Amino acid sequence: MLSRRNFVLTGTAGALSLGFAPRLAFAQAATDKRFVFIIQRGAADGLATVAPVGDPAFAAQRGVLAQDFAEAPRLDAMFALHPSLKNVAGLYAAKEALFVHAVASPYRDRSHFDAQNVLESGGTSAYQLKDGWLNRLLGVLPDDERKAIAVAATIPMAMRGKVEVSSYAPSSLPDASDDLLGRVSMLYAQDPQLHAIWQQATATRALTSDLAADNGRNAAATGALAAKLLAADKGARIAMIETGGWDTHAQQRGRLAGQLNGLDQMIASLKTGLGPLWGKTVVLVATEFGRTVKVNGTAGTDHGTASVAWLLGGAVQGGRVAADWPGLGEAALYEGRDLKPTASLDSVIGGAAAAHFGIDPRRVMPSLFPGQSAKPVGGLIRT
Amino acid sequence: MSEASIALNRFGMGARAADAPPAAPRRMLIEQMERFTVLPAPIAAYPRTPALAADLAAAYDAVQMQTRAARRDGQNADAVTQEVRQAARQRGRDYYAQAVGVRAQAAVASDAPFVERLVHFWANHFAVSADKQVMVGLTGGFEFDAIRPHVLGRFRDMLHAVERHPAMLLFLDQAQSVGPNSPVGQRFAQRQQGPQRLGLNENLAREILELHTLGVRSVYSQADVTEFARAMTGWTVAGLGRGQGARLAQAGGQAGAFAFAPRIHEAGPRTIIGKRYDQQGEKQASAVLDDLAVHPATAKHIATKLARHFAGDEPPPALVGKLETAFLKSGGDLPAVYRALIDAPEAWVPQPVKFKTPWEWSISTMRALGTQEVPAQAVLGLLNQLGQPVWRPGSPAGYDDIAASWAGPDAVMRRVEAAERFASRTRETIDGRTRAAQLFPDALSATTQQAIARAESPAQSVALMLVSPEFLRR
Repeated sequence: MLSRRNFVLTGTAGALSLGFAPRLAFAQAATDKRFVFIIQRGAADGLATVAPVGDPAFAAQRGVLAQDFAEAPRLDAMFALHPSLKNVAGLYAAKEALFVHAVASPYRDRSHFDAQNVLESGGTSAYQLKDGWLNRLLGVLPDDERKAIAVAATIPMAMRGKVEVSSYAPSSLPDASDDLLGRVSMLYAQDPQLHAIWQQATATRALTSDLAADNGRNAAATGALAAKLLAADKGARIAMIETGGWDTHAQQRGRLAGQLNGLDQMIASLKTGLGPLWGKTVVLVATEFGRTVKVNGTAGTDHGTASVAWLLGGAVQGGRVAADWPGLGEAALYEGRDLKPTASLDSVIGGAAAAHFGIDPRRVMPSLFPGQSAKPVGGLIRT
Repeated sequence: MSEASIALNRFGMGARAADAPPAAPRRMLIEQMERFTVLPAPIAAYPRTPALAADLAAAYDAVQMQTRAARRDGQNADAVTQEVRQAARQRGRDYYAQAVGVRAQAAVASDAPFVERLVHFWANHFAVSADKQVMVGLTGGFEFDAIRPHVLGRFRDMLHAVERHPAMLLFLDQAQSVGPNSPVGQRFAQRQQGPQRLGLNENLAREILELHTLGVRSVYSQADVTEFARAMTGWTVAGLGRGQGARLAQAGGQAGAFAFAPRIHEAGPRTIIGKRYDQQGEKQASAVLDDLAVHPATAKHIATKLARHFAGDEPPPALVGKLETAFLKSGGDLPAVYRALIDAPEAWVPQPVKFKTPWEWSISTMRALGTQEVPAQAVLGLLNQLGQPVWRPGSPAGYDDIAASWAGPDAVMRRVEAAERFASRTRETIDGRTRAAQLFPDALSATTQQAIARAESPAQSVALMLVSPEFLRR
């Protein structure tokens, strides 16, 4: 149903929001701790973010995608970090970044829609729960300051539920996102009339904006805005930032480098903006599932299973990669194609949330992830 | 395209979320003709033309009264009447905006979308453009009260209703056309008052011949236009016409309604396209309209436009011939013509034959997404942004009905932007995979299916569906 406010209005194109097109959502909990969830919609390639360069099968399995890591910073004997993540590398060195690898939600098929629903609702299957785990987290926190806002056109699933979360959109009418434009190009590739029209349309657009530069700037601006809203007196304690464009089926190297650069800048400006509050902050970066181990026929990767989750911030017990590494050899792959999950994303989130907000670990899993039998992971947060 | 998809999309306004694909596509279209409601709820709730026109006439009356009073008192009339003039203008704009919303609401909710499409076709054929202040507020009433009641009737009746509607009489200046030998014309000539022009205005007479009936470069000459314009003098609007001619006409009747004013009518027999008309007064132009309505050139003109609308920018001559014959045989009975169209294989070719106009794309989008509320300001804004402001084609020829006018780079980019916004507002409640299959039964290409299935979120799948080649064409 469309109402007045969710409709297109006369040519007020608003601020440019190209490429990275992040959206934020905020919620407030009565605590001086801050928690930010950055969701990577579209299935980010964990193997190309934190690469298992020490795995004997790595170079052969990843082919062209292994080339990015020739001189990438090493995290430990097994893993290297994508070179676009310069600021995150600095956080890792300062022991403020932790990665949990070969991690997955309970979902095991390969549909974005269903998987995002499981990731955000915290259920064990899609559409089983009607509210999100971030909203339920708000519910178990002290309730004296439950003023919440979402800086987004709509409130994401993870934040929907009983606790009221309002929303605030920085620009009402963004231009179409780069990711959608890219997909439209593919949609029109076989259609001579539309293909010609679309080539002209995108050429005109390319002349009027420097996508690469704007990409990173825009992401940084979103990080700064989030920090402002989190750092304000009586500001929000919990924020959610949506990012898209991770579904790299084709030409993954260039696209992922741009995506990770934007995310890196967003995190840097979030840290700068939070100032001393960074010490009390946990940033979770997670995606709905990973991507295939092998490169496909269009220099990209297809929908997979396990990926990597990030925990960043001064409150994080960082400087390490936590992984029960399953290996990249043929025999080790999940269904012969994907990184096999050896860690529960729900347990990582539950463990981080419980320790960060001082919630009884026995209480946190039934509240946030009912139906999940795994225990919360300990030792993620400085206490 | 499957026949089910053709019936829903080429003939209809796009499937609604809950519509099942028709088992018998041709019969479904016939049933829609039986089911069509002239005044569905949103339109029934909108004022009828007499009420609209009377209200607007009252607003302009107030302006005139204040102007006269100001002049009598030696004041600057422009300054004194500024507020009341603005109020009159605003009233017209409000009626216009409200009507645009009502039109979209009716189209989105319609269960007879084939007939609804025909209403829009005829409104564009008999286009009035909301460019003249005095008739902006009447454009909705024009379509609702002159087109809709006759969309399933005879062409003759629609023609009469249209040419007598105040929006048309004002838009094409008929209301101020004065016969030079009429009582007003003669008195004016004797007094030799000032430089103001008072006399014949050929505008409506010409467009009736060129656009509404016979078609350009057909069987008429300039002499026919002038003769017809003479016959048309006296056709005016009571109490709402602008200009001296309209004022001097002293047309009786309800303010804002059609009136025949004998004082400005050029009396006498007229010869138009080889036929002599001896009728007196209003009946004379009526008799001309009756003949134009069933003229073979009119049949060909209408058949060509209808064929272009349903069978492609270059209408197949065979189809034009069939529609022409149906028109002539039935004496301009429109349902007979529509049935010939439905029966013609040329209208059912499986390749999409038309690129949707912005209006068609917007309505089919809202139908596809199950939109319930259609706010007027939002529709106005959307259609302005997409380049087809409702009832404002800027010319009496109406909007073009060919792809070249709508399939441009900027236009498609705007649709992509609008699609993403529409999609983001669905709050991830619609899955493009299932919805697209429902809207285009057995008619989705593998490329489109794949693009939708690979979308990274439900909202993105909806956006891709809305800009897919299948959705942009019909």
